[in-house]
Amino acid sequence: MSGPSRIARGLLTDPAKAVSFRFDGRTLQGLAGDTLASALLANGRRLLGRSFKYHRRRGIVTADKGEPCALVDVIGEAGREPNQPATAVLLSEGLHAVSQNRWPTLALDLLAVNDWLGRFLPAGFYYKTFMAPGWAWERVYEPLIRRAAGLGRLEGRLGDHAAPAEIVHDHADVLVVGAGSAGLTAALLLGSAGLRVLLAEQDIVLGGGTLLDARWTSWRADACARLASLPNVRCLPATTVLGAYGHGTFGALETLTAQERARFRGLRERLRVLRARRVLLACGAPERLIAFPGNDVPGVMLAGAAHAYLRRYGVAVGRRPAFFVNNDEGYAGALALAAAGIRAAAIIDARPDACAAARAREAGLEVLCDASVSGVLGRRSVRGVRVMLPDGVSRSIPADCLAVSGGHSPATALACQLGAPLRWQEAIAAFTADLPAAAGRSAGAARGIFGAAAAARDAEHAARALAAELARPAPEGAAWLPWPADPAATPVRALWEVPGRGKAFVDLQNDVTTEDVRLACREGYEHVEHMKRFTTCGMATDQGRSGGLVASAVLAAARGVPLSQVGQSRPRPFAEPVPFAALAGGEVGSHYKPRRRLPINDWHERAGATFVSTGLWLRPLVYSAESGWEPVLAEARAVRRAVGVTDVSTLGKIDVQGPDAARFLDFVYANSFSTLAVGRARYGIMLREDGMLFDDGTTARLGPEHFLLTTTTANSAAVLEHLEFHLQAVRPQLDVVLTDVCDQWAQFAVAGPRAREVVACLAGDLDLSNHAFPFMAAAEASLAGIPGRLFRISFSGELAYELAVPARGATAVWEAILAAGGPHGIRPYGLDALNTLRIEKGHVTTAELNGNTTAADLGCAHLLKKSGDFIGRTLAARPGLLGTDRLQLVGVRPADRSRRLRNGTQLVTSAARSASLGYVTSCTPSVELEGWVGLALLAGGRQRIGSRLLGVSPVHGETTELEIVSPHMLDPENARVRA
Amino acid sequence: MLRIPCPWCGERDEIEFRYRGDAAVTRPGSDAGQEAFVAYVYRRENPLGWHLEWWLHSGGCRRLLKLLRHTVSHEIQWVGTAEQAPPPAQGAERA
Repeated sequence: MSGPSRIARGLLTDPAKAVSFRFDGRTLQGLAGDTLASALLANGRRLLGRSFKYHRRRGIVTADKGEPCALVDVIGEAGREPNQPATAVLLSEGLHAVSQNRWPTLALDLLAVNDWLGRFLPAGFYYKTFMAPGWAWERVYEPLIRRAAGLGRLEGRLGDHAAPAEIVHDHADVLVVGAGSAGLTAALLLGSAGLRVLLAEQDIVLGGGTLLDARWTSWRADACARLASLPNVRCLPATTVLGAYGHGTFGALETLTAQERARFRGLRERLRVLRARRVLLACGAPERLIAFPGNDVPGVMLAGAAHAYLRRYGVAVGRRPAFFVNNDEGYAGALALAAAGIRAAAIIDARPDACAAARAREAGLEVLCDASVSGVLGRRSVRGVRVMLPDGVSRSIPADCLAVSGGHSPATALACQLGAPLRWQEAIAAFTADLPAAAGRSAGAARGIFGAAAAARDAEHAARALAAELARPAPEGAAWLPWPADPAATPVRALWEVPGRGKAFVDLQNDVTTEDVRLACREGYEHVEHMKRFTTCGMATDQGRSGGLVASAVLAAARGVPLSQVGQSRPRPFAEPVPFAALAGGEVGSHYKPRRRLPINDWHERAGATFVSTGLWLRPLVYSAESGWEPVLAEARAVRRAVGVTDVSTLGKIDVQGPDAARFLDFVYANSFSTLAVGRARYGIMLREDGMLFDDGTTARLGPEHFLLTTTTANSAAVLEHLEFHLQAVRPQLDVVLTDVCDQWAQFAVAGPRAREVVACLAGDLDLSNHAFPFMAAAEASLAGIPGRLFRISFSGELAYELAVPARGATAVWEAILAAGGPHGIRPYGLDALNTLRIEKGHVTTAELNGNTTAADLGCAHLLKKSGDFIGRTLAARPGLLGTDRLQLVGVRPADRSRRLRNGTQLVTSAARSASLGYVTSCTPSVELEGWVGLALLAGGRQRIGSRLLGVSPVHGETTELEIVSPHMLDPENARVRA
Repeated sequence: MLRIPCPWCGERDEIEFRYRGDAAVTRPGSDAGQEAFVAYVYRRENPLGWHLEWWLHSGGCRRLLKLLRHTVSHEIQWVGTAEQAPPPAQGAERA
């Protein structure tokens, strides 16, 4: 039987299969099918952890995932997983778990002194106590508090844990949440109507409350068998619906069992994105606690949990349990235990009388009506209860366990997330939430219809309505066995708090007491959301499932208003803790984001390029494995002195065609394109409507109605979207078609004084003379035998051509360029050399086109056309954007040519070293000029050209005297590009 | 997560779209002056209720759609192409 408290055969446990496990170093035995909690209870272990703030001893409160107290660290091959509810950890051979939040040991926890200091540590104490001095929070208070408070420890190897999770997407006509009698009935009905149904159940087995009632055994087995035979119904056990995200989208977390893990290569969790036309919420009504002094002592648990441990695992939670209830369902566990030979010490019922009381008395149990528990005897564990009798007499009853039922609160979280307002139901002393019909229906206990048969009947009605709405009317008659009748029941009577000496908890995990709630109210945090944040009530991993409504009731009493006016705090996803690994799914490591490779990526790799990730692109940085500037400068020098070739395929390329193409470009660019001749290209700048510079690039006119526009690499997607928006929303009358052709074309820049000779070898009989093919010429051309396009444009400042060829034939063209350039000393150059060349020339990239700069700031105001509308025209003329004291583009060089520059260096005067006038945006060692050169954005920069400033980089501890120069540091007359 | 019924592609997840802002504002004429453009670029109603807005199906057909969406319930009452206007009945209800 394994363990002294195992008194019967459980539904889920296999008495033939013993499983050994370790808890806090001790090896213990459980059974296959046990949870860690049931196995510990079977072994008579009750103390499982210390509480969050007061370090009070805590045991097991529930038998499901909503457990507030019995959290443990599970140590496995994937590292240490903290805060696992022992009530949901399935026992497996060799499982190793340790208790949390105690020092040095669970039995002797020195920090339990907090419990005695409790009156000095009320809610919100650290907001008030640890105010000054300011520096001490980070260095002293916070580390101390984090050690004393907090729960488990996170460690382990992320890499091992990160991979085994996946995200899957499911679609259905109806998502049924919860597989109790209501959910099973609804799924059967909807399934037999031919609808696609997903049935999600957070428990590892289907059945919900019917699992605790032997009369439902054959009904449940039959229902599950029928569901399994319906191909259009999928059951998802061990799957918690985490949140409702509107429009029929839900998130759910499936936890795989050990066997499934083995089958799916160690997969631990599956995050499911569920999309359904309607939802049927049959997610039941969790039991709630009652606030009385000592309601956290190990041995105090929910009555439903005591019942579940007996039925599911054959474990008696005590030899002599007492029950404290205010509803008939709370008796079920006592009656079941009595049938198994464990007689309750007493059932204390807050109501004057009840149907269930009569049944209990028939079974020979003592029932004390109109009574309440005003205290618990025992600190380490329950030794007895103090009972207040109706005549005002107090009586102590020996007991080793106290099972509490304060009623059942319908699970309304998903309904609230779908927009359902809360409605107070006096008859069940709880809130319900009526789902908007367009979203679906609630049924059964989830909308306050208690009793398994009543809930199932309610679900049948709801499911029939849904089937009719979805035009798949369900067949008449039941597709299931008759439901066992519900026993007669007396309604619940609201009971939230029993006054008395000592701490009475409303949130066991965050150690929030009834006094904390009243303090919040006194301090002005009267709204339930304010009270929640002041006390942290309901903010723990169990989301206040068992005590949330009790806290609201205590707040209502303190405010002197009805509970219906106070309401409950808004439930937000997630319903239970979700490991980050599950959210990441397979998108980890190299799968974190897509990677775009250049058309001739393989060639770059073979050539030994060092790659750099820019956006999604992988680009050659330099064709060398060596670090340092020398390989970069060698590549740049080749361009300045002879010729080089670089891969610029990452530039955005947008094909613009149509009768109104020129008019459209005139509108989206600040300069004019309708005046551009066919066979010519032009540099263009694009503004945002607010007048700021957005992007720049070269656009070629390939035909009267055909342009090819290029964008910067970084903005290619944003520019396409900007153009599409303005074409469709602002200029819909224009007949223009935009096509993104970025991936279809490779583009190579051949640059340097010998570029013409190299390109001439490839371009057949095309005349490349300055007269026939001048700077900014563009033409269709056969390039190394492949039809492509040739542009005479330059980013480097040298004589340069860009060759565009279809991506597929690109390697042949690239190799032909290198072959033709061989006699001229051609070298491929990477992104670093490209930068060196453009900085020397004063060309800008996204470092300067940073969204805060205007055309005037970057010295290209002359490009703005004087007449005609264009995006950004009006607002670019705002006075604030025309000021001459704005940050303007300048060049910088160290006065001492041997000093280096750094990006981000602040520009200051020696008189005011902490007043930044600007900063260096880009810099590089130069190949044509002595020393380093850089570009900077400097307040009133153009007027400062010729002056000197200090460049300070506090992070490097450097101060450098800088000359402010024109950004066009090399060839300001632009003679080279026209050579 | 919104499920947006694209007139060209069918119902699709929100992640396929890019939100492009208020579709009730129209770009002023070129000579309308700075005030009119400031209003066009910056001033928005931010209504609690029905909102006419632009969505670009950038991960699909790349067409710009107009949606009438409720900013609280996220209900989508009407979807149209860029040229279309919402039916006047809804327009009145919005006001």
